[in-house]
Amino acid sequence: MTGTFNPADVLHILPEVFLTVVALGILVLSFAAPSRRKWIEILAVVGVGGTAILLVQAAVPLFRPGGEPYAVFSGMYLVDKFAIFFKVVFLVATLLVILMSIDYLPLIGVPVGEFYAILLFSTLGMMFMASGGNLLSLYIGLETMSICIYILCGFLKQDQKSNEAALKYLLMGAFSSGVILYGISLLYGLTGALDLKEVAASIATMDLSNPALLLAMVMLTAGFGFKIAAVPFHMYVPDVYEGAPTAVTAFLAIASEAAAVAALLRVFLGAMPHIQVDWTMLFWILSVLTMTIGNIVAMAQRNIKRMLAYSGIAHIGYVLIGFVAGTELGISAVLLYVLVYAFMTAGAFAMVILLHTETVKGDLIEDFAGLGQVKPIAAAAMLVFLLSLTGIPPTAGFVGKFYIFGAAIHAKFYWLALIAVINTAISLFYYMRVAMVMYMQEAPTGLVLSSSRPLYLALGFAVLGTMVIGIYPGPFLELARASVFGLLP
Amino acid sequence: MGGFPILSIVTFVPLAGAILLLFIRREQENKIRMVSLLVAGVTFLITLALPLSFDFASAEMQFVERASWIPAIGVTYVMGMDGISLWLVCLTALITPIAVLCSWEAITDRVKEYHVFILLIHTGMMGVFLALDFFLFYVFWEVVLVPMYFLIGIWGAPERRLYAAIKFFLYTLFGSVVMLLGILAVYFNAGAQTGTYTFDILELMKVSYPWSPSLFSFQNLVWLAFFISFAIKVPMFPFHTWLPDAHTEAPTAGSLILAAVLLKMGTYGFVRFSLPMFPEATLYFVPFMVTLSIVAIIYGAMVCLVQRDMKRLIAFSSVSHMGFVMLGMFALNMQGLQGSILQMVNHGLSTGALFLIVGLIYDRIHSRMIADMGGLSSVMPVYATLFAITMLSSIGLPGLNGFIGEFLILVGAFKVSWVWAVFAVTGIVLGAAYMLWLFQRTMFGPVVHESNKGLLDLNLREAMTLIPLVILFFWIGLYPAPFLKAMEPSVQKVVARLEEARKVVEAPPRMAVAEKPGRARHEDQK
Repeated sequence: MTGTFNPADVLHILPEVFLTVVALGILVLSFAAPSRRKWIEILAVVGVGGTAILLVQAAVPLFRPGGEPYAVFSGMYLVDKFAIFFKVVFLVATLLVILMSIDYLPLIGVPVGEFYAILLFSTLGMMFMASGGNLLSLYIGLETMSICIYILCGFLKQDQKSNEAALKYLLMGAFSSGVILYGISLLYGLTGALDLKEVAASIATMDLSNPALLLAMVMLTAGFGFKIAAVPFHMYVPDVYEGAPTAVTAFLAIASEAAAVAALLRVFLGAMPHIQVDWTMLFWILSVLTMTIGNIVAMAQRNIKRMLAYSGIAHIGYVLIGFVAGTELGISAVLLYVLVYAFMTAGAFAMVILLHTETVKGDLIEDFAGLGQVKPIAAAAMLVFLLSLTGIPPTAGFVGKFYIFGAAIHAKFYWLALIAVINTAISLFYYMRVAMVMYMQEAPTGLVLSSSRPLYLALGFAVLGTMVIGIYPGPFLELARASVFGLLP
Repeated sequence: MGGFPILSIVTFVPLAGAILLLFIRREQENKIRMVSLLVAGVTFLITLALPLSFDFASAEMQFVERASWIPAIGVTYVMGMDGISLWLVCLTALITPIAVLCSWEAITDRVKEYHVFILLIHTGMMGVFLALDFFLFYVFWEVVLVPMYFLIGIWGAPERRLYAAIKFFLYTLFGSVVMLLGILAVYFNAGAQTGTYTFDILELMKVSYPWSPSLFSFQNLVWLAFFISFAIKVPMFPFHTWLPDAHTEAPTAGSLILAAVLLKMGTYGFVRFSLPMFPEATLYFVPFMVTLSIVAIIYGAMVCLVQRDMKRLIAFSSVSHMGFVMLGMFALNMQGLQGSILQMVNHGLSTGALFLIVGLIYDRIHSRMIADMGGLSSVMPVYATLFAITMLSSIGLPGLNGFIGEFLILVGAFKVSWVWAVFAVTGIVLGAAYMLWLFQRTMFGPVVHESNKGLLDLNLREAMTLIPLVILFFWIGLYPAPFLKAMEPSVQKVVARLEEARKVVEAPPRMAVAEKPGRARHEDQK
């Protein structure tokens, strides 16, 4: 690692560079040819696809035997399997969100060009978070992502709830970023370093009971707690989810959560492995609170976006189990779960968009009434997502939970596992309520669904992902396992 | 490896049939019914090849199939069958066509989905009895729940079906996920002992899991995790409260499948996993299990005496009968276990038939209340005759199937303690009381309601749902030898494993096991 700038390093961030260029291109295009909506949409899809191709190309040597991870830009930016894995999740999520948005945006009257450009910039921020090897680069990635999402949440300028969502998210997000920054500055003050490895090395030589160190840890826990929406830092989530345009909600739920988890793993495992005992305890409590409160409150929701918000909170609780286990198995379970969660939740939100027409907003659970009779295929897709969210085989959600529970048992967190399975049973209640409404209630007359082809494509993709990981999870398990190699001390 | 994958075929042909049904237009209801019946019937015929080519002398798994599935975590696709599962597999295959047949006219709403769900349940149930890999087993175990939930929720009795459906789902899902933890604990423990991590049940059976006479020893805790799942499924007292609701609200075919096969998944789980895999813990929990079983026998029977709803009465009689099955099983000797396994089949046949009988009358008078019947034997003589035979089979009249099972269970229980046998006999007496009384109130006497005078007797299709079962009542009752012989080697293997464990458990005389002098004496006599 040297302090000088090496121009060849730029080659290693080629996917990000490409994505930036495309996003800028979309901005330009939206000014130059505002009537060409098709072009913008195609450009957005091409941007994500091209980034994915460049990413895979960069990943191939890493996944070959003997492929070593490396750091560029003085250790600011890491190229390892962990980063690649998360970037793939982000790109999949972004692609699904774009497909959902294509016919949804004109319907709700959102300017297309800005939307896709900001969406892609946000994805860019996430990619830097996954690759961050330095507290500063992580933070900058985090802010890039967050600021873009604040804007996305408020895209419905005339809608009060959307305004509320944006403002709430901005305030809470800024506050939590501040808390994270405070934690970072404390760590910097203690160790004199910002590079994750150097911080870890410095902590190793310190007195571990130093209260300032613990304070830094607590600050980071709280800050990231906000970002991943763990209880008790979750208050803003339901309102934001409900108010934001549904496509943005989906993006928030799958991509932004995943990015926050990636950063969390990087910071805690990378910089603070020596005080793992302490933060394990904190996250144990957070995990239990998050899944239990998320699940219990979800039962009381009538709005499906709010329900999915609380269900998302509960799922973060499950994800934290793997993190608490802290073993290789646990962290790979986290990775797998994030991937699985992306597919099933994207699918559920796509269903909400499917129900959204000029007359019906489609975000109440009752709006699903009778879907099983009127549109059996769409209802079956929703059923797959619901079963997967509950964790019933043969869906991806089961495999994810299976792996998470396995990690907990392996690391001897029996109580945590037991609480998690009780929560699974609780969650069945509200997921199945949607299924019940779909299949056991009569449809209102004149139920129409969106006829958007890209949306159906997104749904099909989500169903496919959910079922394939559920029935043949082997390759995905191996991928997740390979991706955490070298991450743990 | 190699050979004809007959077990996969009997498991997945119904699934293929379900997918096929999706391509038939929903208006062609009769075509859907025919295809469904055809698929179920063909599956049954293929299944018949299993007992015919079964090696009766072997205790090993037969027709074993293996395929790689998720090598990363040691999951393989393994199917196999031995004497314990043989008859349950046959029972499952027999029940599905009957379920299709009995819904022919009763189900007119959403026929397509209905038959898809019935065939899916078949796949799940078969898989449960045949899977020899824990991951695979768990997948099948859970797969059964979803279609059953919809069966109760969509086609159930209108008043309380939603409540019954979600209650069924919640109870059983809770049990399953706790079992999942047990499975994972076994996986990691065995993996740490042997060095290879696998979910292969036959491999995991070879390992002995740490046990001590403390409640919190590894084996006891894992045993409890499995217990919760199986006990809810059986259902054992006090986990039985989902059953009367689910049974009562479900459509006839749903009750039939629930009673005949689904409950057996629980008892099968005990015989297949708890007993041979955790023999020390099994012995440790004998007093606990026997107490619960006896409570279930007597409590279930007493509750039956006060029911006004015929379907609910039969549901509670299941609690009592399943108590018998559990009591026989936890006698942990040859007779008890054989009787227990045979009684699983018997209960499936007789209680299944009883639910069919309730369904037949419900289709006619749209009521399940005993008070709305009365004197029906003069109006529907064929119906009354079949009902009489079924009822007698259910209370264990010699010459019919119930007798053989109950007799063996009583012998098994008596060999361990006469006290158990006395309680069990009380249950039989009560069973005779509520069943005969039920029959008397519904069938004999004058026809109470004017509207019942014009009821039609059974048509051929309806009679055909019951007649195969009645033939089996007589067959098992008069000539049970082939049924018992097939399971003997496998049961012997389980008993041998338990006897081995008994040495470990009883080696240092401790409080927990010293309270069973009856068994110790029996040991000496051997």
